[in-house]
Amino acid sequence: MTLLRKAGASWLPIYAGLYLLFLYLPVLLLPVFSVNASAIPVFPLKGLTFDWYRSLAGNDALINALWNSLLVGVASALLATVLGICAARAITRYRFRGRRPMTAVIMAPLFLPEIIIAISLLMVAMQLGLGLSLILVIFGHVLICLPYSATVLISGFEGFDPSFEEASADLGETAFGTLTRVTLPILMPAIISSLLVSFTISLDEFIIAFFLSGSEPTLPIYIWGQLRFPAKLPGVLALGTLMLLASLLLLTFAEMLRRRAAKRTQLDGGFHA
Amino acid sequence: MLDTVSAASKPMIEISGLRKSFGNFEALKSISLNVQEGEFFSLLGPSGCGKTTLLRLLAGFGEQTAGTIAIDGQDMTGRPANRRPTNMVFQSYAIFPHMNVEENVGYGLKRLKLDRQEEQRRVREALDRVELGALGKRRANELSGGQRQRVALARALVMRPKVLLLDEPLSALDKKLREQMQVELRHLQKAVGITFILVTHDQYEALALSDRVAIMFDGQVAQVGTPKDIYQNPVSRKVADFLGGMNFVDAEIAEENGVSLTLDAAGFGRVRAPKPQGYQSMGRQITLGIRPERLRVLWDDDQAEHQIGGQVIDRHYFGEVTQLIVEIPGFKAPLAVTETNDFGADDIPVGSAIRLAYDPDALVAMND
Amino acid sequence: MPFAGTRPPARRPRWKRLDPEEVRGIRLLSPTFLYTLAFLVGPVLLVVAYSFWTQTYLTFDHTFTLENYRVALTEPIYRDLLMRSLYISFIVSLVTVIFAYPIAYYISFHGGSRKSLLLFLITIPFWTGYLLRVMAWKVILGYKGVLNTGLIGLGIVDKPLESLLFSSTAVIITLIHAWAVFAILPIYVSLEKLDRSLLEAATDLGDGPVRRFLRVTLPLSMPGIIGALLIVMIPTVGDFVTPKLVGGTEGQMIANAIQIQFGKASNWPLGSALTITTMMIVTLMAGASVLVLRSLVRWMR
Repeated sequence: MTLLRKAGASWLPIYAGLYLLFLYLPVLLLPVFSVNASAIPVFPLKGLTFDWYRSLAGNDALINALWNSLLVGVASALLATVLGICAARAITRYRFRGRRPMTAVIMAPLFLPEIIIAISLLMVAMQLGLGLSLILVIFGHVLICLPYSATVLISGFEGFDPSFEEASADLGETAFGTLTRVTLPILMPAIISSLLVSFTISLDEFIIAFFLSGSEPTLPIYIWGQLRFPAKLPGVLALGTLMLLASLLLLTFAEMLRRRAAKRTQLDGGFHA
Repeated sequence: MLDTVSAASKPMIEISGLRKSFGNFEALKSISLNVQEGEFFSLLGPSGCGKTTLLRLLAGFGEQTAGTIAIDGQDMTGRPANRRPTNMVFQSYAIFPHMNVEENVGYGLKRLKLDRQEEQRRVREALDRVELGALGKRRANELSGGQRQRVALARALVMRPKVLLLDEPLSALDKKLREQMQVELRHLQKAVGITFILVTHDQYEALALSDRVAIMFDGQVAQVGTPKDIYQNPVSRKVADFLGGMNFVDAEIAEENGVSLTLDAAGFGRVRAPKPQGYQSMGRQITLGIRPERLRVLWDDDQAEHQIGGQVIDRHYFGEVTQLIVEIPGFKAPLAVTETNDFGADDIPVGSAIRLAYDPDALVAMND
Repeated sequence: MPFAGTRPPARRPRWKRLDPEEVRGIRLLSPTFLYTLAFLVGPVLLVVAYSFWTQTYLTFDHTFTLENYRVALTEPIYRDLLMRSLYISFIVSLVTVIFAYPIAYYISFHGGSRKSLLLFLITIPFWTGYLLRVMAWKVILGYKGVLNTGLIGLGIVDKPLESLLFSSTAVIITLIHAWAVFAILPIYVSLEKLDRSLLEAATDLGDGPVRRFLRVTLPLSMPGIIGALLIVMIPTVGDFVTPKLVGGTEGQMIANAIQIQFGKASNWPLGSALTITTMMIVTLMAGASVLVLRSLVRWMR
């Protein structure tokens, strides 16, 4: 029995290491080939160059797509987080009939192919005679960000002791004062974390933007267009590397905030009998 | 209702016909209570008896279904928590995690728009009162349980409320700290002179701290009185049981007058006992009770005017006291006797014959 | 104290008996819920409606017809694409879950203080952008790609393997990589919820590590496994970027056909019927998988 356990204990870390390698290797190829002097991404490498990065600057179509993506990302993140706050607060604070089915509907986009969300919104827009636009993309992105934003916020709100707000009211503060002096400051890390996660999802999303963005491409749509031309691949790899770095920074920041929030509420909630 | 507080004091809280329902569940079923100014009053009962609901209604969290609460002569109906002259110490303490101790204590003062110096002076004073003067800059998560409790107290007291509400404030502390805080809480209340309402499920806490105690079961007040009164003269088996060990003996009513009952109980013979509060004649049967510590072991040839004989069938050692379980001929259940160990009660062998002395005044008649 | 004055509250109709707390909760959840209703449930119902209509050029005939479903289910091209999509999503979800389980197990049982760091490490590649990850696989699996040049360099093969890129296999490999995190997290959560004393109890009652795993750990982590399976199986069936970039003609999936109906071919009713058919069938397949898994666990106990 102990033998078996030992075998398991040594086998698992090796497996975990290989698995991480499988997850990371393809991703790490992007930065490697983005500084390779050859236009064709094959080994052996031909030498170091930053030409591909230089070619990105001054590309108007790219800059335009970037702005579109930022606009969509910020708007989606804000809207998804506001809706996520309502949902997370209702779910963590109140017990009511219909809570589970309603939550399930909000979480549903997690279990649906994005193509359904994309084509159904497309059809509604056409039916109503609305043109395709970034606004539609935002509506779609909010939908797919909501399950993530709600999950992040629920875990952040769970440690929030309802007595904090009661204590504030008890000490003479109004409902609005309680919101600004107690509730928001305590929940801020979770809220920022939700904003960052939603922004990142929106920034990377392709399918919904593909169907709904019309003549205003987002960054992934721009990249998709470039992929048709093999000569442009290294430039795309350079762009991908930059996006990777941006995502990484945002997510590390989000994770740090989440942990700080967890630590804070954990320690504070720890004294219940 | 027995009122032992001096006639000079005026009622600070008047609760009448108070009811509260959650959906179909009746948490409070018509509560009427008065609490005097400067009194330390406890709401005691098992979990789910409605004591916390009552406290929260006093604080203004939730609206009563029926009835009224008046504080210092003013009707509180419809008045939200932030405009009531009450402050609360929460069970979880609810120390704001994003503020340090001083900011926590000064939280409520900010709205009063005092000048800075006055505000700081009051924060200082409150912190000194709970002996936290040195920890003003600490964050909530750097405090121990006892320190959090003090911050919560200071934060409420600094508002100079007419009534301080305490929701199981000691339940999160370990035994030793709890006992220490009980003493401090009592001293603090005497020093500030504010009316304290304490919610607790710990009968010793309620008895040790309070001027008066209300015992609650199932959303109703079962008995109100001084600790000594409710301990010695519980109105019902339930109250007696909740306040500690009690031997119950069946008795038959022989005579009845306005204030007292004459009873016949096997082993105790004919005894006279005052009528319990709220007594309603329910036939000739009634329950008689005696606390284990009111029975005394008679050693060797000692004699007492009132005594009863039996056989020790079990013995439990508790350090400072020993509990003997004594079977009495003709009793349905054996009697529990608590005896201090200084005479060697812990050495009485199981199986030995024993005589017990009792004071007939210690026998209480109870409703079921 | 007398309590004679209490009367039971008058009976009210069921929906009126919501207490204020419930009302507040529902009111607070409703903006989010209504948003999802308006932008997800409503539009999906429109797709259902369209699937029963017909389109000639730009005009829609709103008479009810099952013709689109007949085409979707019987035309060989759609049938083949649908079968292939189901096959791919089934294999992908199965393999992903099997590969993910030991990782989730490792993090949950041996992660110690590094748990959240490991979880974070696992999630990073997932955030690098969907298109970019697919593209990376194209670079790896290409005729002159990293894998082929590597294999030749090591002397394992003497000429490049042609079947790597532009095949169902390429699609499957890419999807397994892309969906790994979605399988790990639900399993991890269910393993975290598992009361460790149950394992001690099983050992105490004489189970060895293998039997204990099969009789306690695996059944109790089943909700996570099922969650992982669903969260991978259903969305992957509708992917069209991966097949388009690495699938070639032999690796196309149903979503590529759906996309064409909403693009070049412009036949929305058929596109809708294809979508609904795919959803229904993948849901059935997922349901069947769940049933099989459940009975498997019951049998093992």
